[in-house]
Amino acid sequence: MKVTVKYFASIREAIGQGSELRETAASTLSALRDELLAASPAHAGALARGKAVRMALDQVMSDESAVLRDGCEVAFFPPVTGG
Amino acid sequence: MPVRVLITTGDFNLADEIETLRASDKRIGAVCSFIGTVRDRNDGQNVSSMELEHYPGMTEKSIEAMIDEAMKRFDIFGARVVHRVGLLQPLDQVVMVAVTSSHRGESFKACEFLMDYLKTQAPFWKKEQTAEGARWVDARVTDDAALARWGIQAGNA
Repeated sequence: MKVTVKYFASIREAIGQGSELRETAASTLSALRDELLAASPAHAGALARGKAVRMALDQVMSDESAVLRDGCEVAFFPPVTGG
Repeated sequence: MPVRVLITTGDFNLADEIETLRASDKRIGAVCSFIGTVRDRNDGQNVSSMELEHYPGMTEKSIEAMIDEAMKRFDIFGARVVHRVGLLQPLDQVVMVAVTSSHRGESFKACEFLMDYLKTQAPFWKKEQTAEGARWVDARVTDDAALARWGIQAGNA
């Protein structure tokens, strides 16, 4: 299935792009993260487990257990600092 | 229903915002507002400017959900949140929350609740320009603690 992956702030800078369209067999956010970790050294560095990475599925804060569906939008970003 | 959330690169005017929010509603007896502004110092360093990034779509959606939650928890009539993005300088306004109710207590509470919620759950990121270069602002555990007072676990920082 096709998934849009978005990156923001320091993670966007580290990966060098704000968005990518990926064809994936991953059924959960966790499996997709594994796949992205193997995609490039930049991905591996920015999305490493143990780092402060927050995630959203279809624009709602989510954890790695979230289930993906075709056409969904996933986002990875650092802890938020607005206000 | 009036637009409750505005994300903008432009400035905002508190008096105009409150006038729109009150909209000749004679039930209103209290208006509480908060404005956050850009400081020239943060974490021991001088800040010359600040760039604010956000997640278009999710930002509006998440703040709308926060206002829904505030309407459920507190006896308020309405709320308005304006948040700026883009390049900002010290003295600039960054964020505004305004709430209306019959009596002051509910407005005070709802206004603080919305700010605490926004700080840890709305997808905004600040990058500061300092003498030593640019740096992304770190999330604070004190902001998670502020939200926890309302019975919501944030785990953002």
